[in-house]
Amino acid sequence: MNNLDWLLQGFEQAATPMNLLYAVIGVLLGTAVGVLPGIGPAMTVALLLPITYNVSPSAAFIMFAGIFYGGMYGGSTTSILLNTPGESSSVITAIEGNKMAKAGRAAQALATAAIGSFVAGAIGTALLAAFAPPISRFAVTLGAPSYLAIMLFALVAVTAVLGASKLRGAISLFLGLAIGVVGIDFLTGQPRATFGIPQLSDGIDIVVIAVAIFALGEALWVAAHLRRRPADVIPVGRPWMGRDDWRRSWKPWLRGTAFGFPFGALPAGGAELPTFLSYITEKRLSKHKEEFGRGAIEGVAGPEAANNASAAGTLVPMLSLGLPTNATAAVMLTAFVSYGIQPGPTLFEKEPLLIWTLIASLFIGNLLLLVLNLPLAPLWAKLLRTPRPYLYAGILFFATLGALAVNVQALDLALLLVFGLLGLMMRRFGLPVLPLIIGVILGPRIERQLRQALQLADGNWGGLFTEPVAIVVYVLMAILLLMPLLLKLMHRSEESLLVVEDDRDQVEKAQA
Amino acid sequence: MTTTEEPQERVPAKPVDKAQYLVCAVLVLVGAFLIYDAVTLDAGFAKVDPVGPRMFPLAIGVVLVALAIILAIAIPRGSIGEADAGEDVDPNAPGDWRTVGLLVGLFVAVIVLVNPLGWVIMGTLLFAGAATILGSGHYVRNFVIGLVLALVSFYAFYSGLGIPLPAGVLDGIL
Repeated sequence: MNNLDWLLQGFEQAATPMNLLYAVIGVLLGTAVGVLPGIGPAMTVALLLPITYNVSPSAAFIMFAGIFYGGMYGGSTTSILLNTPGESSSVITAIEGNKMAKAGRAAQALATAAIGSFVAGAIGTALLAAFAPPISRFAVTLGAPSYLAIMLFALVAVTAVLGASKLRGAISLFLGLAIGVVGIDFLTGQPRATFGIPQLSDGIDIVVIAVAIFALGEALWVAAHLRRRPADVIPVGRPWMGRDDWRRSWKPWLRGTAFGFPFGALPAGGAELPTFLSYITEKRLSKHKEEFGRGAIEGVAGPEAANNASAAGTLVPMLSLGLPTNATAAVMLTAFVSYGIQPGPTLFEKEPLLIWTLIASLFIGNLLLLVLNLPLAPLWAKLLRTPRPYLYAGILFFATLGALAVNVQALDLALLLVFGLLGLMMRRFGLPVLPLIIGVILGPRIERQLRQALQLADGNWGGLFTEPVAIVVYVLMAILLLMPLLLKLMHRSEESLLVVEDDRDQVEKAQA
Repeated sequence: MTTTEEPQERVPAKPVDKAQYLVCAVLVLVGAFLIYDAVTLDAGFAKVDPVGPRMFPLAIGVVLVALAIILAIAIPRGSIGEADAGEDVDPNAPGDWRTVGLLVGLFVAVIVLVNPLGWVIMGTLLFAGAATILGSGHYVRNFVIGLVLALVSFYAFYSGLGIPLPAGVLDGIL
């Protein structure tokens, strides 16, 4: 069967009334949780994981697709109406979006964000369906040495390129790798770092780690610094756009998508750079330059589309190689593992129906998001007024519930607390969370690939460099590591200066 | 893997964040444990497995200790991690560690008592307690919301998802 047939099959699976219901629930839950301040898409998915435990994998993935796009959209609603983005990827949206909202154009800002997200999501998912299968077909031909190199590249890229401090990225990564060691060694069957606790011999459940680091760590961190004054939420009616808004939005949507998708698909792309590039592009191309900084609709439309397209892009390495490149993808990969699905390049061969159902669900979830969220926006805005004590007590409650539901044992709660405190420490000292999660997921798989590759090469370390793809990847890795050093020697890039300026701006605003 | 710390700016009066030594301590602790654990493993199967079960934990442990040393050198030179900001976070406000301590205490109580007393009781107390600690003064309302959440989640997980959460002392009543 070719891809189109598979996609149609996927739609057939996803479009049954029961599964559509799951999609609707997913979109509603995802948006509702994502819109709550302090909760980004990754935390949304982590908190909602337990709900999908006892439904069938295809139904669960359909829900995930809804949660995924719902959580993304919820986050942008928060940044437009509150001007306090929870994720670095929606920082740019907040700049113009909140200015628009303050100028009484909240409805238009939300509308261009929603429709832009839809356009970017639809194009991004189509590109995903087009690119992921050939990449995975290519990837299955690679041997253990190449695969090892690619995984190492993802680790290095996420640690060294994203985030401000490489030292802190490395600290976080190696803590993650350390957590990944816990459990029985896959070749010799010896328990490692289990403290003699038999329940730990399967390793620490990654759901527990994700919920602890994202939800509990965040709740504790917020508890230490809770703003005592209520946030100013800008009231909003039903989102709509006038003719002029449409005319000014559609090109930024498409350009934003073009920026976002490739960056998302790269191991170290992230959403920050494409949203920023989209913003400066729109600013340069706009006929209304004077409006930038005072609420220009192009400045919302472009970055929002870039953000969503990049999210769709991250699914390419996730589905075709089993490589998570952002926190949300990492948590979704967790769900794969908990269903006994081995992520990796063979996914399209082994579980074609499931994967195509997921891709079809992404299309459906994206459409549902648009249909449901335009009329529901005023309701979401009300959710933003949830009293903070209830919000964070609720997060603690659901995090506990989620961790308890994994195996129904109190030990998981103890682990939840330990890693929650670790998450708190990381937030306090500016250690990035993403390298840790990626380290937990990839560490054991890297070890396995390395040892298998060496076994095949009869213990000859030179065997790791026999495949051309592996060598190319190592060269790229070296370039990636040396580039910043070279750049630093020449000059500080213009871009980082701009970002710094923007940060200062935000701080001033906060103090005012 | 080489690590470079952030560029040292020559701006004076950059405050030294001494609390970061806590991170060093955690790194050394975890690293030392991994090294100890790896060294006490029996090394067998050397023929089929040239790497062995020891190398990974050993390498990770050594790097963790090395990172701790690098950080310990970087701290007095003014290296600071930028604390996370967020919608409800005011990073410039001094940390309210009493609230965090109370929440952790509450959580420990939940861990210890969730099996004997059951999820409904402990879930209720968790929500009501956390809301109160976080500054909600409506004690009755806190309790009622907690009770409703705990009951609904108990039954939803039991009949909806087939996951029996611990019923504890209320076993038979629920």
